[in-house]
Amino acid sequence: MGTTLTKADLAEKLFDELGLNKREAKEFVEIFFEEIRQMLEGDQQVKLSGFGNFNLRTKSERPGRNPKTGEEIPICARRVVTFHPGQKLKARVEAYHGPDETE
Amino acid sequence: MTKSELIERLSQKQNYLSPKDVEFAVKSLIEEMAQSLAQGGRIEVRGFGSFSLHFRPPRMGRNPKTGDAVPLTGKYVPHFKPGKELRERVMKENC
Repeated sequence: MGTTLTKADLAEKLFDELGLNKREAKEFVEIFFEEIRQMLEGDQQVKLSGFGNFNLRTKSERPGRNPKTGEEIPICARRVVTFHPGQKLKARVEAYHGPDETE
Repeated sequence: MTKSELIERLSQKQNYLSPKDVEFAVKSLIEEMAQSLAQGGRIEVRGFGSFSLHFRPPRMGRNPKTGDAVPLTGKYVPHFKPGKELRERVMKENC
């Protein structure tokens, strides 16, 4: 528990499993995430079965405040990415019972 | 875009993996990420975002049919926080 998976770990996995060289493995991880970013940037939902869906939500303008000065400033209308884990991922994560129950 | 469309696109974007191997690679990346979360870990991808677990404390639920109170145990749920680059590329501010 408490471990963090990074792009380097993912590249390592491809290196081990597919026999890609390190440079190719790194590049593949990079284009994998870039492809997803491009889709979302183009306003397209991304559905990865076994993991979850990345959706886009449009937020309308709302009043905000500068927390330091208390001055009112509008927060612009904008688009944000939301992630909804799929059933399978949710079930797998629910089976995890916290750091006390390792092993 | 679905997983199979992603596989198709990635097959065209590089020349060191056959479409079959791209499929294997994509599934392997997704499985590795899911497994990390299933083991209580987190995922940090610079420029994309991070995935972590949020704890939902135990609560009393209700059987919607009978109305009986049912104790629900605490659980973890996956959470995604978009990274700076993704946030900025998607934002499209207008005001």
